[in-house]
Amino acid sequence: MLVGATSHSPTGSRGFMERGFLLLVVLMFLEGTVFPLGAASSPDISAPDGAGGHERNDDHRGIDNYTFPKKAFPVLSLDYGHIQMPFEISLWVLLASLMKLGFHLIPRLSGIVPESCLLIVVGLLVGGLIKLAGEEVPPVLDSKLFFLCLLPPIILDAGYFLPIRPFMENIGTILMFAVIGTLWNAFFVGGLLFAVCQIEGTHLSQVELLPCLLFGSIISAVDPVAVLAVFEEIHINELLHILVFGESLLNDAVTVVLYHLFEEYSGAGEVTLMDAFLGVICFLIVSLGGVAVGAIYGILAAFTSRFTSHTRVIEPLFVFVYSYMAYLSAEMFHLSGIMALIACGAVTRPYVEANISHKSHTTIKYFLKMWSSVSETLIFIFLGVATVAGPHAWNWTFVSVTVILCLVSRVIGVVGLTFIINKFRIVKLTTKDQFIVAYGGLRGAIAFSLGYLLDKDHFPMRTMFLTAIITEIFFTVFVQGMTIKPLVDLLAVKKKQEAKRSINEEIHTQFLDHLLTGIEDICGHYGHHHWKDKLNRFNKKYIKKCLIAGERYKEPQLIAFYHKMEFKQAIELVESGGGVKMPAAMPLQVSMQNIQPKKQPPMAADRALPQFTKNREEEIRKILRSNLQKTRQRLRSYNRHTLVADPYEDGWSEYMLKKQRMIELEKKMTQMSNYLTVPAAPSDSPTMRRARLASGCDFKAENKGAKVSSDPNAFYTIKAPPGNVPTIQVELASPQSPDSVNLVDEFSKKGGSSQKNTDDRKEEQGRMMKPPSAGKGGKGEEEEEEEEGENKNPGLLRCLSDPGPSNEDEEDEPFLP
Amino acid sequence: MSSRTNRWRKTVSLEQINNLNKRFRQLSSNKETLSREDLASIPDLDNNPIRLQIINAFFDKRNLSQSEVGIVQEIGFEEFLMVLTHFQPAAMDITEDNREKLRRTKLRFLFNMHDTDGNGIITLEEYRQAVEELLSKAGTIAPETVKAIADAAMLDVASTTRGKMEPDEFYEGITFEHFLQILKTLDIETTMHVRFLNLDTANMRCGK
Repeated sequence: MLVGATSHSPTGSRGFMERGFLLLVVLMFLEGTVFPLGAASSPDISAPDGAGGHERNDDHRGIDNYTFPKKAFPVLSLDYGHIQMPFEISLWVLLASLMKLGFHLIPRLSGIVPESCLLIVVGLLVGGLIKLAGEEVPPVLDSKLFFLCLLPPIILDAGYFLPIRPFMENIGTILMFAVIGTLWNAFFVGGLLFAVCQIEGTHLSQVELLPCLLFGSIISAVDPVAVLAVFEEIHINELLHILVFGESLLNDAVTVVLYHLFEEYSGAGEVTLMDAFLGVICFLIVSLGGVAVGAIYGILAAFTSRFTSHTRVIEPLFVFVYSYMAYLSAEMFHLSGIMALIACGAVTRPYVEANISHKSHTTIKYFLKMWSSVSETLIFIFLGVATVAGPHAWNWTFVSVTVILCLVSRVIGVVGLTFIINKFRIVKLTTKDQFIVAYGGLRGAIAFSLGYLLDKDHFPMRTMFLTAIITEIFFTVFVQGMTIKPLVDLLAVKKKQEAKRSINEEIHTQFLDHLLTGIEDICGHYGHHHWKDKLNRFNKKYIKKCLIAGERYKEPQLIAFYHKMEFKQAIELVESGGGVKMPAAMPLQVSMQNIQPKKQPPMAADRALPQFTKNREEEIRKILRSNLQKTRQRLRSYNRHTLVADPYEDGWSEYMLKKQRMIELEKKMTQMSNYLTVPAAPSDSPTMRRARLASGCDFKAENKGAKVSSDPNAFYTIKAPPGNVPTIQVELASPQSPDSVNLVDEFSKKGGSSQKNTDDRKEEQGRMMKPPSAGKGGKGEEEEEEEEGENKNPGLLRCLSDPGPSNEDEEDEPFLP
Repeated sequence: MSSRTNRWRKTVSLEQINNLNKRFRQLSSNKETLSREDLASIPDLDNNPIRLQIINAFFDKRNLSQSEVGIVQEIGFEEFLMVLTHFQPAAMDITEDNREKLRRTKLRFLFNMHDTDGNGIITLEEYRQAVEELLSKAGTIAPETVKAIADAAMLDVASTTRGKMEPDEFYEGITFEHFLQILKTLDIETTMHVRFLNLDTANMRCGK
């Protein structure tokens, strides 16, 4: 109903907006709309081919209308069928986003109930509304839609931002849980369910063993979407997070294999030892094949990104498209698509990040987060809707046994496996950890979609399975998802420390790595530090060279980290407004002279700095800001294929380039002003007069500039000796940071640009104020000139202090690159 | 045997000590003591950027006994083991107190590696040196960059440990307490360990 109801709204708003027209053409309009309205009021929501059918009909009608122009021509017509599909998709997405938005406006609610639960409830409500309206509930959580559209963004997001270090450090434990644990769960649940079904009186004796096992394999896999949704809110420590989350990602291969095997065999009926053996082979192929496919596409993506330096705008697309291709290719061969995506994301990231620009990187980050959160929201809403949609076959025994068995098998599996794993682990898993791992085993939409995929003819108990799966999902998401947060608090499980990595930690982490490698080498023990080191060196020597453009592949990790940090600080510096007042968040309260072994006498300007008044600080900040903004706007004109250049965009190399450009710019500027002053003009022609006017102003502006800079109290004199106001902060990080130079540079450039601004403004004014007829005498002109000269003063000041870009400034810049 | 080696014994089996002993003899070519050159000749260490610091750590008196400062020329097997005790993993049932102690000993070892002159403070010069060593295998890197990184790190330490400083104050260097403070997020007690289990001496490639 919601869909149906909203579908009418565009007509209303449109009609409202064009009421004037409507009064005139209302009769014709009515005639034109009657038929399409009829078509739209019975929206064929489910089938895309139905929509296609509409479209074809509409086309025919359109042609008919066209060929008989005598018939009332509809100026405004309603044709819902034409836009039905995309419109409804947008509606769903909008609903999902609004819901997500809404939950965060109610802080208390989102503190208690996880978002996933709320979203399911919303889904239930929407489904209920649709049902109440008497419409058929659309099968929104269609398996195809789910696996091809909704799932990949979430998994790619997870894979791309996978914390590789903890993941690799715990890979053994994760694999153990993912493979053995899932197998155990599947067989335990499936087997015992079958046993229960054989008990007289449950009316389930028609259920055979293989469907039970199939059901077990569907229900046993921990779901990454659900885990992510819940674990992101409880901020658990990294180890537990990566254990549960890693398991949920890697068990996909097991689930895929078990699913296909059991589906196949339940048709055949007989399972031999050979089949079990084939299953193992199959598992290896599915998982390793998936990883291989992902890695290949990942390397391709990295290689492609090597050459994108000239078309920065499409850079992010390569990551998305290659990853999606990896997923699809893996799915095509029934390999594990999830593992392919994870592998692709993890392989691509380090190389792509080195190649692409900072902006593209941000874009990738945002797009992935946006897509994945929208997908996640939709999945949970759809789960709710699908629950309402039914059909259901509720069997108390089956459902309750399923829920209990899932819990029991999970607990036994985790406890049993940790017992074995702890023998090999250095950091043992405590009882608390085991509890969280067991309790965090949430089930989710993947299980539902797999159940949905089952063939009705082969599995007559499909509806009962689906009902049980939904109940299990609801149980885990609602009961476990809602209680896990209080339990984590209650048990005082270690939480994640939210701290950004400092450069000291980075240095010492690397130092420790080398130290441990060295100790292993001295002991003659080839442990994993040794192999990691070997791999790192191989990576640096060969792979990075191929995949990373330019010289950056040589850049060691520490330096890359340092640059990133410096870069971030520079941005903060700009955002905080010029660096006079240091934000408390920045750890730079100490200046270089505090740590320099030889104490240097502090410069006079440094001393002078704290004496600034608030007003002056404000002024300086404004100037800096406006200048930065202006350079941003000025450097390149708009182009569909490039982004407007940002001084902080592409690392320091481009930065330096830009600086060079600015110096050239300045030179040209002085040349130009020279040129403007040169022609001595006969005063009659208007153009010449304008030129003269401009030159006059120019001259005055120069004068003014000189005067101002000679004034000892003027705020930008403090700028004049390099390395004063804006440098302080950056100088701390690195004495020769280009940033400091650049600010100064820009500042000196500012003189030029403001001059030019004045030029332009004058020119504009001249054009507007003076009629082309030189009717007035020379005296009047002079008067006006004087007036302008007076105006010029505030104008110049405004140019200096006001960021507000006047449009005419940007139009004519023939000398800009 | 000192108490330290006894502690070592509790967590490491006799067999492992035997394995290490074999390795020790391999490295020292069957002599009682091990010299710098013996360690320096291990080919696997060639690519390690902090090779010299690692070797120095084995001959540093501070790692062998608590009080003394200085460098010894040769170490016996017991000293060799004592250095290696710093790389023991934490036991599972460790108490909070012991964990903190372990953390301190491990960090002290790291600290001593940086504090080359043994005066209890990592000065800017020493820190720069350490960073330079760390980057020494990474190809040609401008010395300014190295300096800048060390300076930035030092500034970070100064600002996190001292807070706001007046322009004429002077931060002389990282003390051990500050060192503990800046590395508190690094789970040193769990990360700084080497698996000595399953040492396979038969396959151990000798350094000669």
